[in-house]
Amino acid sequence: MNFSIHDFISLDLPAILTALFAALSCSLLGNFLLLRRLSLMGDAISHSVLPGIVVAFLVTGSRLTFPVFIGAAISGILSVFFVELVYKLGRLDTGAAMGVVFSIFFAGGVLLIEQAAARSVDLDADCLLHGQLETIFWYPPNNWSNFLRLDTLSLLPSELTTSAFVFIAAVIFVGAFYKELTLSAFDPGLASALGFHASFLHMGTMVFLAAAVVASFEAVGSILVIAMIICPPACARMYTDRLATQILLSLVFASMSVIGGYFLGAFGPILVGFSHSLNGAGMMAALSGIFLGGSALFAPAYGVLPRAVRRLRLRLFMLEEDVVALLFRWEESENLSDLTVQEISKKLDSTSLLSVALHRLVARREILTNPMKLTESGKTRARSLVRSHRLWESYLVSEGGVAPGRVHDKAEQLEHFTQSELTEKLAQSGHHPTRDPHGRIIP
Amino acid sequence: MGGDELQSIRDVSVVLPSVSEVLNVLTFQAGFNSSLVIVGTTLLGIAAGVIGTFALLRKRALMGDALAHSALPGLAATYLLAEALGFEGKQIVPLLIGAAVSGILGVVSIHCLGKYTRLQEEAAIGAVLSSFFGVGVVLLSAVQYVGSSGGLGHFIYGQTAAMQQFDAVLLACVALVVCAAALLLFKEFSLVCFDPDYAKVGGWPVGAIDLLLMALVTVVTVIGLQAVGMILIVALLIVPPAAARFWTESLPRMIALSMTFGGLSGYFGSAASSLLPRLPAGSIIVLTAGGIFVVSFLFAPERGVLASFRSQLLLRMKIITDHFLRDFYETTERCGTLLSNVIPLKDLSSFQRLSITRRIMLAWWISMAGLGKIRDGKVSLSSRGMENARRLTRSHRLWEEYLQSYTDLLPSHLDYSADFVEHSLSPAIIRNLEEKLAVGGRLDDLAEVPKSLHSIPLSNEEGK
Repeated sequence: MNFSIHDFISLDLPAILTALFAALSCSLLGNFLLLRRLSLMGDAISHSVLPGIVVAFLVTGSRLTFPVFIGAAISGILSVFFVELVYKLGRLDTGAAMGVVFSIFFAGGVLLIEQAAARSVDLDADCLLHGQLETIFWYPPNNWSNFLRLDTLSLLPSELTTSAFVFIAAVIFVGAFYKELTLSAFDPGLASALGFHASFLHMGTMVFLAAAVVASFEAVGSILVIAMIICPPACARMYTDRLATQILLSLVFASMSVIGGYFLGAFGPILVGFSHSLNGAGMMAALSGIFLGGSALFAPAYGVLPRAVRRLRLRLFMLEEDVVALLFRWEESENLSDLTVQEISKKLDSTSLLSVALHRLVARREILTNPMKLTESGKTRARSLVRSHRLWESYLVSEGGVAPGRVHDKAEQLEHFTQSELTEKLAQSGHHPTRDPHGRIIP
Repeated sequence: MGGDELQSIRDVSVVLPSVSEVLNVLTFQAGFNSSLVIVGTTLLGIAAGVIGTFALLRKRALMGDALAHSALPGLAATYLLAEALGFEGKQIVPLLIGAAVSGILGVVSIHCLGKYTRLQEEAAIGAVLSSFFGVGVVLLSAVQYVGSSGGLGHFIYGQTAAMQQFDAVLLACVALVVCAAALLLFKEFSLVCFDPDYAKVGGWPVGAIDLLLMALVTVVTVIGLQAVGMILIVALLIVPPAAARFWTESLPRMIALSMTFGGLSGYFGSAASSLLPRLPAGSIIVLTAGGIFVVSFLFAPERGVLASFRSQLLLRMKIITDHFLRDFYETTERCGTLLSNVIPLKDLSSFQRLSITRRIMLAWWISMAGLGKIRDGKVSLSSRGMENARRLTRSHRLWEEYLQSYTDLLPSHLDYSADFVEHSLSPAIIRNLEEKLAVGGRLDDLAEVPKSLHSIPLSNEEGK
């Protein structure tokens, strides 16, 4: 493996930076689309730019970036316009409207490509889908001090400068209208009522989205564009409820996907003994999907597993309380026989979790097995629980007007969430009752 | 047109086929291969049209999109696996199975992301679609270096013209299965499409029905992938049903129309592609479907754009005319010239308030409907116009009376509320109002126009 700094700066760095700027502008705007449930607009636009590109080729006869940019942007914005039109006037749902518009646009593009091929215009729809990161390179100066001179910078690949420019413009747009964008993302109705032009902001977002898509797809392909519009914001949403945090996190995820994806694609196969590199843009998209899958599973705030664990622990906690309360009542009613595990399991209608709960109670020295008895600390816990249960019952009967026969289930739920302060308030409001509605002593 | 030469965009001339050639192709006389392609694409269009209708109504139009994209890694992985095991990679059946498996995996991921996390379904579709496709692209770049040639490209763009007999038979089977399923499970599918909650409450296995629907979409998508390609099979699943939606409110008719549209697109699209050079069949099929969609979107009665513009325009004209006529009556009433049928326009505030275009439209409308004439700053009503004016004022005031006696609206608000309703008061409602008000003793004479309950503003003051 012959790796040199010069190769890296001329081949890898421009490609990474181009993809990075593209991904950052896409995910920056993607945050607002995600909240407005318009994420698939990126999908629609990135397929719809095809005819614009081909027409720009045919008209100018060149592969210059600027005319292609304009052509693609025009057809992207046209597609947004048509989607709105079909959605509003045709009364189809947005998904169907997007599907209709982008598939017709794309079909037109493929047809035009075929026509262009007859005129020996070399145009390949493949590179629009997959990107051509590999073709971006830069002849860097040999001398480090020449790096910042204007004439060397002007040799930077046009893909890089375009995507950097669009990123800066998108940042300025979002920065300038942050408050308005936030408001209209969460509540477009309120935004309009307060006098912000929600539709104007919407069109603005769409125009910038089209620009971001167009600036990106030539280098990184439309698939990476879609991935970067949707995946990093969706990832970030698993961690936070705050929009600003979400945006920052999404930018971090986008950068990680790009940089990680590039290295995995370029050097990963070589490290495992494969002789060729793999498609970088595809790897970035795949990586962003993996990040999303990982976040959906493991993110502390909204991940599936942490939420399941929290729910399980809560159930376990409540089961433990039910066990000590049951033992307390058993001893209170002066039953001569001792409770067996089977009887507890039957009374509490739980089998699988019960052994875990008993285990934990024993470990915390709150109960003794053989025979089942509460220890002193277990008794204290049980007493406060039964106290809050019975206080709730008397409160519900005296203040809530609930029939005495129906308060048990309600109190059974409430007892677990009642802190001692609340218990005292309950006791005060009932003038410190000594017996519950069923005639039992309140401990 | 036959034999004429057509100038194309840039001097690449195209020789149009003769009428007999066109007929040959359309009647399957132009050779086995082109007939095969036409039959195959027609069948695909029919199958996609039928199942796409249910998908569209279930608001899952883009599910086909997700399926088609997430089939790619399965295709490429199967190819790589086969080559690694020493088999020929390009075998259609294993490839299609691989595609179906990864497509289903994608749909399941979308379902899980949408159900168990806070993501909305659109975002889940987009995320899965792009990351699966990303994996597919990575695997495709590995395919280039393995085996004979990177021959999987046609799954993205389609390779209709190279359709084999086997493919056509496969398409026929799929079309048959889909149509049979739609027929047998029509009740279940339509229930789930229109009211899944009701279906659930009624004890229907909504999940299983949904799954079956998605399975059928998967089959059509995977089979269609290699016929017309990824994006274009999505189009066949969405565009014909969307076009059919404009023509009817009845589901059986919508299905029939959608399958007709799909079939026609397949038929004419592939015929055109075999007759003219450089027309890729997939695109032409989709563009034909797109043409049908545009026509439906614009010209369908009732739901079409022009039809709804027309009905909106008619309603607006009716409202303007009604206000104008009532204003006429009330003005003559106020000036004490109740029976005269000519008054100057400047007295009519409802006319003064209109824009120039609306004034012209109103004048035209009134003379067209035989209600009267507007000329030289004066309006003269015909006897029919006079009668209409009287009737409109009467129904307006009857409604006001009704609101006054049966609701708690303030008199000052009556006029405003009655304004909205008066245009849609049918004779039956008017009779009903008369009876109610006569019983309540609020109406002295059934034939007369009741007195207004509020002062009628002077036109010149209000007009400015």
